[in-house]
Amino acid sequence: MERTHVLICAGTGCTSSKSLELVKRFEEVIRMKDLQNEIKVVKTGCFGLCQKGPIVAIHPDKVFYSHVTLADVDEIVNEHLYKGRPVKRLEITDIDEETKEAIFEFEKIKFYAKQKRIALRNCGLINPEDITEYIALDGYQALAKVLLTMKPQQVIDEMKKSGLRGRGGGGFPTGNKWQFAANQVNDEKYVICNADEGDPGAFMDRSVLEGDPHSVLEAMAIAGYAIGSTHGYIYIRAEYPIAVERLKVAIKQAEDYGMLGENIFNTGFKFDIEIRLGAGAFVCGEETALIASIEGKRGMPSTKPPFPAVKGVWGKPTIINNVETFANIPVIFNNGADWFASIGTEKSKGTKVFALGGKIVNTGLVEVPMGTTLREVIYEIGGGCPNHKNFKAVQTGGPSGGCLTEEHLDTPIDFDNLIALGSMMGSGGMIVLDEDNCMVDVARFYMDFIVDESCGKCSPCRIGTKRMLEMLTDICEGRGTMQTLTDLEALAIHVKDSSLCGLGQTAPNPVLSTLKHFKHEYLAHVIDKKCPAKVCKALLDYSINKDACKKCGLCAKGCPTTAISGVLGKEPYEIDAAKCIRCGACVQNCPFGAVERA
Amino acid sequence: MKSLDELNRIREESLKKVNLRQNNAQYRVLVGMATCGIAAGARPVMKAFMEGIEAEHLAVTLQQTGCIGMCIHEPIVEIIDQAGIRTTYLEVNAAKAKEIIESHLKKGVILDAYTHVTK
Repeated sequence: MERTHVLICAGTGCTSSKSLELVKRFEEVIRMKDLQNEIKVVKTGCFGLCQKGPIVAIHPDKVFYSHVTLADVDEIVNEHLYKGRPVKRLEITDIDEETKEAIFEFEKIKFYAKQKRIALRNCGLINPEDITEYIALDGYQALAKVLLTMKPQQVIDEMKKSGLRGRGGGGFPTGNKWQFAANQVNDEKYVICNADEGDPGAFMDRSVLEGDPHSVLEAMAIAGYAIGSTHGYIYIRAEYPIAVERLKVAIKQAEDYGMLGENIFNTGFKFDIEIRLGAGAFVCGEETALIASIEGKRGMPSTKPPFPAVKGVWGKPTIINNVETFANIPVIFNNGADWFASIGTEKSKGTKVFALGGKIVNTGLVEVPMGTTLREVIYEIGGGCPNHKNFKAVQTGGPSGGCLTEEHLDTPIDFDNLIALGSMMGSGGMIVLDEDNCMVDVARFYMDFIVDESCGKCSPCRIGTKRMLEMLTDICEGRGTMQTLTDLEALAIHVKDSSLCGLGQTAPNPVLSTLKHFKHEYLAHVIDKKCPAKVCKALLDYSINKDACKKCGLCAKGCPTTAISGVLGKEPYEIDAAKCIRCGACVQNCPFGAVERA
Repeated sequence: MKSLDELNRIREESLKKVNLRQNNAQYRVLVGMATCGIAAGARPVMKAFMEGIEAEHLAVTLQQTGCIGMCIHEPIVEIIDQAGIRTTYLEVNAAKAKEIIESHLKKGVILDAYTHVTK
C-alpha cells in the first residue's frame, strides 16, 4: 500500500533550482530504506510559491517543505518518512498574529488561505504526465456530460450563463465568442488555444500547461463540440520546453484513452489537437497575428472585421481562447454555471490567476476570486515589499497595462475597474514596485520592450513607439524639457488612437498611467534634473563624505575612469565629477558607506 | 474510451492513487514511529496496517508520527475519525492491528480492551 506521497514541483521555476535531481535522490534514499512500496514520489506542476522553491509536499501529512536541497533529502526520509517527525526547519511557516506562534498547516498559511484555486485546481496536486490522476479528480467528466447529455447550443448557453470572460487580457465573454463561431455555417471550423504568453512577468499559462495539461485539452474538445469543429491547435512558444513536452505526453495519452480522436464516447464526435510552436514574438499573442503565424505566414495582425469567428485560420470560422480560460471550463460544467457565476463580482465572474513579481516577498502564482482588492493580493498573500521598503506602485497587465498607486490599493480587482483606472487586467502579470523604482525608468523599460516587439506593419506603432522611447530616454538622461513631456503625452494618445492592433493601441498605457499618477517624478527629471528614486544614472551625483572616509583608497582602485583621487592613509578621497561615468563601482567598493549618491 | 461507465471505472481505480492527497479519508491512522516505537516493534504494526487497508480497500490514510511521551506503552496507534475524535491503542502488535482493522476501521467499533494500560 502507498501510505505517503512525496510531491515534488517539476514546474519551470523549481526545475531550474534542480527539483528533478531531488526526485532522483528521494527515490534513491527511499529505496535504500526499503520504503519504495509504501512511499511514492510524484512529479507535479507548480505549487505557486515559486519564491520558496524547490517545493516538496508530503501527503497525507500536509507538510510543505521549501528551499529543499539535495543535502536535505536524507534527513526528510529518515526523520519524516521513516520516523514521522517533520523537519521543522524546512517547513513553510507563518506567524499567527494573535498568538505569535508558528503556523505549520499550509491551508492556514496566508499565501494559501486567501486563494481560491479553480484554474490551478490540479497544479501541484497531480502528476501532469498521468492521465489517470486527472481522471481520478473528475477529469473528462465534463466532456462526457457535454457529449452525452447536451446539445451544442446548450453548451454555449451554459457558457454564457457562467459569465466567463477571456483571461488572456481582453475580457471578452467566452460564451458570446463561441456563439459567433457556432452561428457560421461551414464544413470546417477551428479551435485555437492561445498559449503565446508574452507579457514580461506573466507565467500562469505556462504553469497550467505544465501542471494540468489535460484540463486544457478537455475544454478544447468541449469548445469543438459547441461550435462544430473537429480540429484544434495549441499555439505555444518554443521557449516553454517543459510545457510543450507535457502537452505532447497529454495529447498522446488522451488519444490512447479515446478522449481525443474519432468517435469520442461513442457519440460520433471527433476532435484532434495539434501543437504549433511559435518563435516567441509578443505580437503573435494578438489573434489575427497568431492565425497568420499558424498558417506559416509572418506573424502580423490584420484588420478586424472580419473577426476570427467569421474568417479565421485557413479562412474558416475560428475561436481563440487563452489557456487559463480553457482551464476554467471543465469545472464550469462539473459544478454548474450558477456555481461559477456565484464567484466574483457582478461583471467579472470566477477567479483570476496573477503572477506576482517584482518587489514582493512571495513571488509566485496566486489565484483569487475577482473582486479581491489589490491590497489583499499584495500584502496578505504576497507579504508586501521586502526589506521594509515602501510600496510605490503596482504594474498590472504588462506592457499593455499601467501603474496603479497606493490610493488604488483598496479597489476590488476586476476587468472593468482596472480599465477605469487606466490600467488593465492583461493576462495577469502583477509587478510590485517600491521606493527604489523610478517610474520614468519603468515606462522606458516597457517602451523598450514594445519597440522590440512591434511588428512594424502600421506606422503609429512602428514609428510612434520608437519616438516615445527616444523621448523617455532623453528624460532619463537629463535632456528632457517641458516640451518633451507635452509631446510625449500627445504622441501617446495619438498612437493609442491610431494603431492597427491591440499591441499598438495599448503600448502607450505605461506612459500615460505614469504621467497621470507620477507626474512629479517626470517633473523632477525635467526641471530639477534629478531622479528621486536614484535610478537614472545620468542624473546622479556621486561624492565622498570626508568625515566618513577612512582614506583606504579602495574606491579609487575600483574606479574604471580614474576619477577618484586622494592620498592613501593621509587625505580623504574626492571624485572628479567631469571624469565620473556614474557607474556606482565606488559605492560597492567602499566598506564604510562613505560614497553618497544624490 | 467508449462509455461513461468506462471513464467512471478508471476514476474509481485511480482515486486510490490520489485520495491520500485530499482530505476525504474516513479515518486517519497514526503509528508512533519514533526510536522508542520502532524498538518496540512499530514497523510490523505499520506493515500490518498497510496490508490490511490495501486488502480491504478502506478509505483510510496511514501516517507515521513521532513519540508522544508514553514510550513504555509503544507501539502506540492512534485512530482519528472525521469528527476529530481520537482513540489511542497501546502496546499494539501485528495481530492486534488486524483486529483493530476488522473492528474499528471496518465496523466502527472501538476495541476498548486495547486502549488500557496493562504494564
